[in-house]
Amino acid sequence: MLKIENLTMKFGGVVACSSFNAEVKRGQIVGLIGPNGAGKTTVFNVITGVYKPTEGQITFSPREGEQHRLVGLKPDRIAQLGICRTFQNIRLFGQLSVLDNIFIGNHLRLRSNVFSSVLRLPGYTAEEREIYEKSMYLLEKIGLQDFRNEKASSLPYGMQRRLEMARALATNPKLLLLDEPAAGMNPQETNELIGFIQEIKEEFDLTIFLIEHHMEVIMEISEKIYVLDHGVLIAEGSPGEVQRNEKVIEAYLGVG
Amino acid sequence: MRDKRRTDLIALAALVCTVVVLLLANRYLDDYKIRIINLSGIYVTLGLSMNLINGFTGLFSLGHAGFMAVGAYTVALLTMPIPMKEMNFFFQPIVPWLANVEVGFLPALLAAGLISAFLGVLIGAPVLRLRDDYLAIATLGFAEIIRVVFTNTQSLTNGALGLKGIPNYTNTWWSWGVAFFTIWFVSFLIRGSYGKAFMAIREDEVAAEAMGINLFKHKVLSFAFASFFAGIAGGLLASLLGTIDPNMFRITLTFNILLIVVLGGLGRIAGTVVAAVIVTVMMEALRFLDESINLGFIQLKGIPGMRMVVFSIILILVVLLRKEGLFTRLKGRESSYAEN
Ligand SMILES: Nc1ncnc2c1ncn2[C@@H]1O[C@H](COP(=O)(O)OP(=O)(O)O)[C@@H](O)[C@H]1O
Ligand SMILES: [Mg+2]
Repeated sequence: MLKIENLTMKFGGVVACSSFNAEVKRGQIVGLIGPNGAGKTTVFNVITGVYKPTEGQITFSPREGEQHRLVGLKPDRIAQLGICRTFQNIRLFGQLSVLDNIFIGNHLRLRSNVFSSVLRLPGYTAEEREIYEKSMYLLEKIGLQDFRNEKASSLPYGMQRRLEMARALATNPKLLLLDEPAAGMNPQETNELIGFIQEIKEEFDLTIFLIEHHMEVIMEISEKIYVLDHGVLIAEGSPGEVQRNEKVIEAYLGVG
Repeated sequence: MRDKRRTDLIALAALVCTVVVLLLANRYLDDYKIRIINLSGIYVTLGLSMNLINGFTGLFSLGHAGFMAVGAYTVALLTMPIPMKEMNFFFQPIVPWLANVEVGFLPALLAAGLISAFLGVLIGAPVLRLRDDYLAIATLGFAEIIRVVFTNTQSLTNGALGLKGIPNYTNTWWSWGVAFFTIWFVSFLIRGSYGKAFMAIREDEVAAEAMGINLFKHKVLSFAFASFFAGIAGGLLASLLGTIDPNMFRITLTFNILLIVVLGGLGRIAGTVVAAVIVTVMMEALRFLDESINLGFIQLKGIPGMRMVVFSIILILVVLLRKEGLFTRLKGRESSYAEN
């Protein structure tokens, strides 16, 4: 579904990621781990078009027999193709309501033009009703239906994380990128999160690529793991293989 | 959903009240007061137009005087009777394709809006594609350029001489009819998916783009609507005053509108409407500041521009006392750095 080939990203003198290769297969949950500053978020930023890589190719195949080269595309185009993400430092539409945040996630699939939205023509209102119902469903799924009229920025941290995921789901992604979804969560919340990720994967037929610091999360749900250190891929394989890998142990327990 | 219904009811009640007030005003008030009522309506349209772009979409445009000038000249040249044109253009004859045109007020207003929107897209597109930080400067420059161009295109605008004898079509029904149309348009726009997308862009561009919102397309759309309404308001003003010249459309005009938007609250519709009326009335009420004041025992010489000073101070106070401030509400600057 997603193939990253020979990806290099330099910021001036800083090489955030160098000659990185990875593949995410349809229906998999794939993990990306590594110490702080290893270049994990940079990989996500390049996939989603926030940065144009210095070198390398990324191909995305939302359906069998359909291939898109992502390098050079704008973030909104990539989202329309079916890749959506969450952010490590939550980026909600803070002044807007919880419901509106999810509502906006649907905007990219809207077919009506702006005039039919202002005139509230039947085509638009039918679409809006659908969006509203879908948004309410997603709100219930993350248990925030009672908070739908609150400002997004007023929610506690854990809820904001869930809201960000629901907003990403509203875009109907095929591939979901999660950047440290368990950051700042306690063990119980983390457990719930694991269940939640597996649940949405089944229900929405997703493929998931996930960055995580919590080892227990990544080890439990990933089928395959890539390990980055200083922008270099130092290991890849099943959770068991990666856990036994000496370079990985060194990167995590050593100086870094 | 229920909230929306309540807002609709309040809006309807406000509409009915306005109609009643206008009926009574037209009957009992003198011309001077009617003119203030007209100006209030026009400023409502202008305030909402600027709030759409500066308040709801989080861009910063200072081009309103320019778009108003475009609208004003469009309406003036399209509605002015043919003999009147000949009298105005004694210095140099008007361009032939305009010499024999005279259309009704409504088509002229629409033309004013459309031409203004077209120009808005023309200057907005390059800036909005690259760095919208520069939109304020680009639009400010545009407004000044329009003024200079209109001063020098003698056979099109009659240059610095201006235009006199523009038919006075604008009455309270026109000015407030357009105001209510604008209120309706902006409210429904904001309530719908596109308006929410505008606000998403204001809140966080990186996130909005990651959610599949085409930033350029939506910014241009918002800017085009804002220019459209500014053009129409300019047309109403021209037809209200009957006389226009390029120097009416200076930066101070934009500044008045900015004051309305800031007083009324960025991204607030009802607040803008109220602020528009208050600022218009105050602008007249404080006129004495610019004139000489006779306190009986002492004669204070008037200081022209004193009104503007008072307004500037009000603007500064509002910005300082509102915790969120003018610029932070517009856009979190840090959001353009996509570290995470
Ligand atoms: N926009 C940027 N400009 C300059 N340097 C950056 C930028 N984004 C990331 N970096 C650098 O790239 C490296 C990797 O960062 P990041 O991908 O955020 O790491 P991780 O997510 O693994 O903690 C860091 O050294 C960081 O400072
Ligand atoms: Mg990171």
